[in-house]
Amino acid sequence: MLKYILKKVLLALPVLIGITMIDFALMSLAGSPIDMMTGPRMSQEAIALRAAEWGLDQPVWKQYLGWMGDVLQGNLGYSYESYEPVTKIIGEKLGPTLLLMSASLVVGLLIAIPAGVYSAIHRYRKRDYAVVTASFLSSSIPSFFLALILVYIFHVKLGWLPSSGMTTPNTGGGMLDVLRHMVMPVLVLAVSISGSNIRYVRSAVLEILEMDYVRTATAKGLGKRLVVGRHAWRNALLPIVTVIGMQVPMLFGGAVIVEQVFSWPGLGLETFSAITSRDYPVVMGVCLLSAVVVLAANLLTDIIYALVDPTIRYD
Amino acid sequence: MRNMATIWKRFCRHRLAEACLVILLVLGTMAILAPLIAPYSPTAPDMKAMNKPPSAAHILGTDKIGRDMYSRVLYGMRVSLMVGALATVISTAVGVALGLVAGYFGGWADRLIMSFTDMVMSFPYILLVLVAAAIFQPGLWTIILILGLVNWPGVCRLVRGNVLSLRETNFIRSDVTAGMPRRFILLSEILPNTLAPVLVYGTSVFALSILDEAALSFLGQGVQPPMASLGNLLGAAQSLSTLTGKPWLWLPAGVVVIVLVVCINLVGDALRDAMDPRNSQ
Repeated sequence: MLKYILKKVLLALPVLIGITMIDFALMSLAGSPIDMMTGPRMSQEAIALRAAEWGLDQPVWKQYLGWMGDVLQGNLGYSYESYEPVTKIIGEKLGPTLLLMSASLVVGLLIAIPAGVYSAIHRYRKRDYAVVTASFLSSSIPSFFLALILVYIFHVKLGWLPSSGMTTPNTGGGMLDVLRHMVMPVLVLAVSISGSNIRYVRSAVLEILEMDYVRTATAKGLGKRLVVGRHAWRNALLPIVTVIGMQVPMLFGGAVIVEQVFSWPGLGLETFSAITSRDYPVVMGVCLLSAVVVLAANLLTDIIYALVDPTIRYD
Repeated sequence: MRNMATIWKRFCRHRLAEACLVILLVLGTMAILAPLIAPYSPTAPDMKAMNKPPSAAHILGTDKIGRDMYSRVLYGMRVSLMVGALATVISTAVGVALGLVAGYFGGWADRLIMSFTDMVMSFPYILLVLVAAAIFQPGLWTIILILGLVNWPGVCRLVRGNVLSLRETNFIRSDVTAGMPRRFILLSEILPNTLAPVLVYGTSVFALSILDEAALSFLGQGVQPPMASLGNLLGAAQSLSTLTGKPWLWLPAGVVVIVLVVCINLVGDALRDAMDPRNSQ
């Protein structure tokens, strides 16, 4: 088992390095962030000095190696904007994003799994079509549009929920306040997660329902509830585990848009502003972090899969 | 590929998908004919009719500099459909080419292509798109290229898998034994046999591209004004006064996006069902 995990980690490493190379190459193509701050008030010498300070006068490959060397020592560099260490910025913003992502994942799966199983059991009936059509609808609504409609209804019209931020300014905040701020962003993300997953769960369960052991269970006279609840459902869990792993990159992307619309003080909002202001160390840091998270999620999926499924061999 | 008539007959059993196809055809025709059927220019301001709610003269009202919203939605739909279609064509072409090579030749080419695919896939997709859009001047062609060059890994994996299983079939084996040239085997034997799943997958790429264009333009990183796209029309609703007071500025564009994407997805799903050889009721 250990050997299997080690092998997977070793396979993921070149992918990770490749991703950072692509990032770096993309950003060097964009031109120097110094261009953004040049103006009549900055002399040529000052610009050259700044470039030398940030290492931007070096060839790209040297910049990359320097960055990589720092990363290996746990230093992600300093923001061009605020001069704060990137690790500190990410550390501050990660919490709210993780809170948002995990809550959305849980809510999304709580909708998707029962709906998918229900739909599979009632295959080709009206109820099945209704669930599938609803799932298409929810994965087809642009998340920002759904966000706008929710703001329109629950903030503007009804005044029930706050429309931006994580806590109400000038109050102590507190659990309840954060929860109230979370409702709409989580709902938006959960809808898009459940949309694609309902169909996935449905087809996973359908596949299991055609298995011989399910037919055996039915043949020996077990009721539908027992067949599905005890035999089919547990085996369908396996493919569902993979889906959870696949959600992570999608969630990360969704968070950028949702955080933007709701001004949620997380990594997505920070990333978007860093991208538009060409704050490269911050963008590189976020890219690295997200790549690590995504690869770790893939790895975890593989491991859980190997643990649960006896037909997968470790070596 | 199965007989076209059979597929069509089985597709038509999905009434909802059939209706969606009709809607798509109507909307597509409207988009293509936009210059002919739009009552006003989509970019010409009219100082005498600013911020007007829907009326007989402007059936979807006008925006803050008096541009006719119905014309803008028509042109926006045209742009969004074009972005979606071209991005799909690019990513499908790239994915099919790489998938064929990886699957058929195997070895180091396969390993190289698949690890590159893994890299692109494990990148949070919107992050890559945002970085790329911010770096190269945002605009119509940039967004088409970016979406096209980011969306191919799924197609690539699909084609590779198909080629791997086709390679073991008897008719390909007999081609190899008969000494057929590689080019013939790849392009005339293997390619046509993977076309059906690629077509189905293409519909979901099409739908995704339209959604992504909308999201990017909404964030101001996509199609740039004054050119209208469904995404940047929706972007107007970011201001609270527009959101609350002038729903005619954003609601139609939002409804069109949803209708387009839902219809494309449902048509794709029915197509998948119709082409699935396991369904033979």
